[in-house]
Amino acid sequence: MNAIFKKELKSYFYSPIAYVLIGLFLLVGSILFFVFNLASAYADTRWIFMNGIFILVLMIFSSVLTMRILAEDRKNGSEVLLLTSPVNIVSIVVGKYLAALVVFLIMTAITFVYPLITFAFDAQFTAEIIGGYIGFILLGASFLSVGVFASSLTENQVVAVITSFVMLLIMWIISGVSGYLGGTLAKVLNWISLLSRYDDFNRGILNFGSIVYYLSFIFVMLFLTVRVIEKRRWSQG
Amino acid sequence: MIEIKNLTKRYGQITAVNNLNFTVEKGEILGFLGPNGAGKSTTMKIITGYISSTEGSVKVNGYDIMENPREAKRSIGFLPEQPPLYLDMTVYDYLDFVSDLKSVDKKKKAGQIRDIMELVKIGDHKGRLIKNLSKGYKQRVGLAQALIGNPEVLILDEPTVGLDPKQIIEIRKLIKALGNEHTIILSSHILPEVSAVCERVVIINKGEIAAVDTPENLSKGLGDSSRLSITIAGPKPSIISSIKEIYGVKYVEAGAEREKDAFTYIVESDKNVDVRRPIFYAMAKAGYPIIELKSLSMSLEDIFLQLTTEEKEVEA
Repeated sequence: MNAIFKKELKSYFYSPIAYVLIGLFLLVGSILFFVFNLASAYADTRWIFMNGIFILVLMIFSSVLTMRILAEDRKNGSEVLLLTSPVNIVSIVVGKYLAALVVFLIMTAITFVYPLITFAFDAQFTAEIIGGYIGFILLGASFLSVGVFASSLTENQVVAVITSFVMLLIMWIISGVSGYLGGTLAKVLNWISLLSRYDDFNRGILNFGSIVYYLSFIFVMLFLTVRVIEKRRWSQG
Repeated sequence: MIEIKNLTKRYGQITAVNNLNFTVEKGEILGFLGPNGAGKSTTMKIITGYISSTEGSVKVNGYDIMENPREAKRSIGFLPEQPPLYLDMTVYDYLDFVSDLKSVDKKKKAGQIRDIMELVKIGDHKGRLIKNLSKGYKQRVGLAQALIGNPEVLILDEPTVGLDPKQIIEIRKLIKALGNEHTIILSSHILPEVSAVCERVVIINKGEIAAVDTPENLSKGLGDSSRLSITIAGPKPSIISSIKEIYGVKYVEAGAEREKDAFTYIVESDKNVDVRRPIFYAMAKAGYPIIELKSLSMSLEDIFLQLTTEEKEVEA
């Protein structure tokens, strides 16, 4: 797992992809920071992270960050190397996922500059800021797991990125639908609705249940990814 | 070393490999021969654990590839048809990654990579990105990758495809040398390659084994007739009729004119009867000088074609 994690992380930074993504992410974040905080002289940086635009950007970026993660190996044949070496599939998937997660964590860590700037203007450090970051990281980590899953479905990266983005989009808007339905279906839809638990964090509420929810969501997604790869070993010639 | 029992692979309606049985002994170089689409690659992918079999078992070094994949895979080095390379990595970084993947001892790693690069002659290119290498060098990097971790078994799927003739000879030599320490299965559809390198050949066609033997035995033992190529000067019809009269001759065919009035005849005769002397006396008596006489042993190519086409006739 360690070998795969290291190699994946390196390959993000060997190619321009990580730099471009981090740069654009910070650009969008900084524009929002300027509009919400600096220009309007408002201390609370949480609005950046709760803003729909920023969440949409996160969806796109996590899809792009993960699109090649498994699809590329299948396309260029290096999957054979991974699957025939003495490493199990779980370590391959988790190793790759963690590499994408680290890139995301780097992006997120840099955004901590925004609250730091507001502190310079005498803003107070609040629990909500930390809570908001924990929520944002869990949300992003969940998005990435969806991306990894989508990447396992195809060897075409464009298909992977679109699949991932559409899945995330559906998971976002689905909470609105479940309100009209009720019953078991609503419960299922609520479970896959990633955003419905997100706001709690920004209110400074560290709900243990929500943390467990996100972690189990990630677990399920990675588990499905492993199953997809396993299954293909049986069906292909 | 490698034990394959009742191996069958079906996907959908297609049976790619049907009830394959064979074993490979330690230190043996086994050739895996068959036309394109015969199931060679599929079988190799199953042996290495890349895909699963529908039925049957594969044991490598005593470990079942399905039940103890980790232990089994540890003793296999695999070079698939398309070398599994990361094009954006340098040769050295790539081999370093493969070493980590195969959990090679950290202390031995650098030395092992150096030795292998020396062996497959890519040392001069260790700092280059793999995508900038020529096909032949990519193939060597693929071979180097299979050698990392010093596995006891090497599975090489068409290792010489895409190489120039000089490289082919080098790689063959290398494989032969590796055969001293490794058990090797090598697939190919190039027959001279198999007869040059392998000690035993499995001919596979349409997913089934058509023959298993040494290359020599295969070219000797197949068929019940032996063939001669004779060049004789003289009138064609009377030569043909007088050869046909000789006991044991089954078939005569006139070929090209070699010199003025001298034609080459292909004579097929019963395997147990030597017709060379009777033909000589018959021709001498008739006054037709024999200019050249040689026996044609069936090449592996003929056998291969015979085996793989016979199969077709049976099925049709």
